[in-house]
Amino acid sequence: MEQVTGQQHPIGTYLKVWGLLFVLSTFSYMVDYFHVQGFARWFLIILFMLLKAGLIVAVFMHMQWERLALRCAILIPPVALLVLVGLMTLEADYTLLTRILFFAS
Amino acid sequence: MAHQDTMNETPAATTLTGAPPTDGWYGMVEDWASDRQAFRNVPWGKAMMWLFLLSDTFIFGCFLTSYMTVRMSTTVPWPNPSEVFALTIGGAHIPLILIAIMTFILISSSGTMAMAVNFAYRRDRARTTALMLATAALGATFVGMQAFEWTKLIVDEGVRPWANPFGAAQFGSTFFMITGFHGFHVTVGVIYLSVVALKVLRGDYERRGNYQIVEIAGLYWHFVDLVWVFIFAFFYLW
Repeated sequence: MEQVTGQQHPIGTYLKVWGLLFVLSTFSYMVDYFHVQGFARWFLIILFMLLKAGLIVAVFMHMQWERLALRCAILIPPVALLVLVGLMTLEADYTLLTRILFFAS
Repeated sequence: MAHQDTMNETPAATTLTGAPPTDGWYGMVEDWASDRQAFRNVPWGKAMMWLFLLSDTFIFGCFLTSYMTVRMSTTVPWPNPSEVFALTIGGAHIPLILIAIMTFILISSSGTMAMAVNFAYRRDRARTTALMLATAALGATFVGMQAFEWTKLIVDEGVRPWANPFGAAQFGSTFFMITGFHGFHVTVGVIYLSVVALKVLRGDYERRGNYQIVEIAGLYWHFVDLVWVFIFAFFYLW
């Protein structure tokens, strides 16, 4: 059997990321706790969400140390979900309009 | 040359010319184009787990997108999750506190899992087992809190998949579907991690000299945490 040593990184890296995830989670909870509304709310929620997701995938799941071939194979296909989101946004707007026109009384 | 048996290629093999593999974009083109194993240095188990997680991404993606669709298209106001999931602790009314605690628990379990993978590659069986069992215990705590949350909503508040006292009926169906499917993943993960932890303790992987399985189990667990990040943002905070 080929000697595969696998992913070896200092424990400190994980502890730092763990701490960062705690801080980011606290921030996203604060967004709700202090009733931030409107554009700022959406922006902050999505910002903290993407930062947390990025840290988990890059460090905890070791994606930043994988070769580009694997990174592309896993990370690019989910982008197709944005097309679905776009289509369903159009669909939802249309449904809402129809409901307002025909069911509002 | 063209019919070279790819099964006998070792993962760390160099290119056909004997040169070390190139990195970056050239490396990617070489990896995909050279009529051989595309994922270098990646064991099959890990590649397959990644592909499974990719397919799971689409499942959760569909759930969250359908949640977006029904929430955008309803004419009835959406219930305020901040209030629905508030708890009164010691006389203080704290919004969304249960979900916040669940989030911290799941992040902590990801931290212990990452360290378990590290100790596994150092062949520290005792620490690996302890950290994996800690991860499973935190996961079980998460599921327990979710059961508490569901009970509170179903029994006390009367939330049903088809109706609820707070507002739009779709709230119940999407809530039970999304958190239920995620909770199911956590439950499966707790069982999976416990089995692997006990096998580590028994020395199964020591005999084989291969601790990849701990990293593969870890990938699954981190993915469960990853999905929760998106559920937390889109369902509970939005």
